[in-house]
Amino acid sequence: MNPLLAISDLSVTFATDRGQVQALDGVSLSLNAGETLAVVGESGSGKSVTALSIMGLLGDSGRVSDGSIEFDGEDLTKVSGQRLREIRGNQIAFIFQEPMSSLNPVLTIGTQVAEPIWLHHKKSWSEAFEQAGELLRRVAIPDAVNRLEDYPHQFSGGMRQRVMIAMALACQPKLIIADEPTTALDVTVQAQILSLLKNLTKEANSSLILITHDLGVVARYADNVAVMYGGRVIETASARELYKNPQHPYTEGLMASIPKLDGDPGSRLYTIEGQPPDLSNLPSGCSFNPRCPHAQDKCIMTKPTLSEVAPNHLRACFGYER
Amino acid sequence: MSDSNILEVKDLQVHFPVTEGLLKRQVGSIAAVNGVSFHIKRGETFSLVGESGCGKSTTALSVLKMQSVLDGQIIFDGEDITHHSPAQMRGIRRKMQMVYQDPFGSLNPRMKIGSIIGEPLRVHGMAGDKTRYHARIASLMKTVGLLEDMAERYPHEFSGGQRQRICIARALALDPKLIICDEPVSALDVSIQAQVVNLLMDLQERLGLTYLFIAHDLSVVRHISNRVAVMYLGKIVEEADRDTLFKSPKHPYTKALLAAVPEADPEVEAQRAEQLIIGEIPSLRSPPPGCTFHTRCAEAMPICKQQAPDCRTDGASSLVCHLYS
Repeated sequence: MNPLLAISDLSVTFATDRGQVQALDGVSLSLNAGETLAVVGESGSGKSVTALSIMGLLGDSGRVSDGSIEFDGEDLTKVSGQRLREIRGNQIAFIFQEPMSSLNPVLTIGTQVAEPIWLHHKKSWSEAFEQAGELLRRVAIPDAVNRLEDYPHQFSGGMRQRVMIAMALACQPKLIIADEPTTALDVTVQAQILSLLKNLTKEANSSLILITHDLGVVARYADNVAVMYGGRVIETASARELYKNPQHPYTEGLMASIPKLDGDPGSRLYTIEGQPPDLSNLPSGCSFNPRCPHAQDKCIMTKPTLSEVAPNHLRACFGYER
Repeated sequence: MSDSNILEVKDLQVHFPVTEGLLKRQVGSIAAVNGVSFHIKRGETFSLVGESGCGKSTTALSVLKMQSVLDGQIIFDGEDITHHSPAQMRGIRRKMQMVYQDPFGSLNPRMKIGSIIGEPLRVHGMAGDKTRYHARIASLMKTVGLLEDMAERYPHEFSGGQRQRICIARALALDPKLIICDEPVSALDVSIQAQVVNLLMDLQERLGLTYLFIAHDLSVVRHISNRVAVMYLGKIVEEADRDTLFKSPKHPYTKALLAAVPEADPEVEAQRAEQLIIGEIPSLRSPPPGCTFHTRCAEAMPICKQQAPDCRTDGASSLVCHLYS
């Protein structure tokens, strides 16, 4: 089976005041239909830029300098702007972190949910509006039909994120990309939203890319995980394999630094020394080498590429003795 | 009050006015903190947890008297400070300092790091002569793991984790007894959070500090706290020592909160039955009658809708729930 999405060797650069900054450096990822892939990383690791480049939303300063994004048989880096608009919102939907700023404050909720259906599915406005009511009901908004005429400010943060999910689902997309969808929400609401998202994508056999920094969320919802660092994917595996058997020293350090349920409270946590790298001034070789406890000369000279350490488990590291 | 407590808060009430119209006529009030009582022993870490709007930050600000209090009593280090004037509070604030959530917003971008860390010393007239002042700043920077020559740099040259170290150094400048940490690690990257958590624990051990820790990240709270109180809609619903609260939570809200937080282990998660708490936090403007949690509680009984439960306490732990009365 061909994967639904295959990103290979993707490089993205941004023009800034300080010159060209390479935000992505040879990123490769693939995703099958119906699968949930978590993309994990810290700020500046390139996880959001990866998502934006799939959607062709890099803006004026960003451009894909190399590589391809194959989605359902088409290379999204090569298609026309017109074609990309047909795909966006229809076959690929996006859920942003901030539900307040991604809804238009002067349009009613019903209008905003109905718009993609009207636009992409050529339905009449009244049909689209009716379908919007049905969608709001599916994302468990109480009294859904009567709330179509309400404005975003009349909804709470959690309810707005439900509206975003309803909009994303409106055209039954093959792929949903959710960029930190619950970071702005409280934990009890986070659990509601994520399980709703997971159940609805499963029902529709859609694929989900979940961008997050929360390793707990990954453990609960993801099938597979890609860990990013300094604009590169440094490890990919199934969620179970990655947590049980992390192979990159960065992943290993991340796993060790979070307080565990069976850990010893009051003890010192494992720390990764130093700071995440600055993309405009990346270290040579492996960009993790200044923080890596196992760094060798080789790591400073050359960049390791992804290679298989176990079936379906890739890492970009020259290897080390533990 | 016993000498072992550094802070005692009794039946704290903080209300915010609700105004309407052009003239801001007061039409009602919101009880942001509604009868909160707790005490903190010297040298321990006491955590307040809860979701946004539960009143945890307002409680902290009231302790510092940065928020006017409607009713209740705040006793700090044996002294009733509830009705202290701002002038009297200046002396008290030397002994209690605060570390904020956002290390970007809480540092003046136009001041050099050394000057930021030394500001409390200057404000409180404890700077002394130049040599002593600079030596004190250098030693504070060393304490929190910053290099001495960074004193001449500006905040924008530092990352989030380093900025939080600067905030901690500033809080330590006056040798406080109590430090209030309001979500000190939640704005930081995962790999940096552990560095700051370890630093806070090291400092507590070395300097005998007491922490009032406010957070929503329960895994960090479990790691750092001695005792934990869970707040919901302006009230403490359960308080217990860390192990009791995390291993055998009693209040349905505590249980729901713990269940909502995913554990960073797919195997554990796969075995965990999903139990979602229904609905969202009600508005403080019109809190539900009876027990304020009954609208979302899976175990609600008829009495919960009519009568607010009393607080049952055995000294070590307390619980506000009809299921256990």
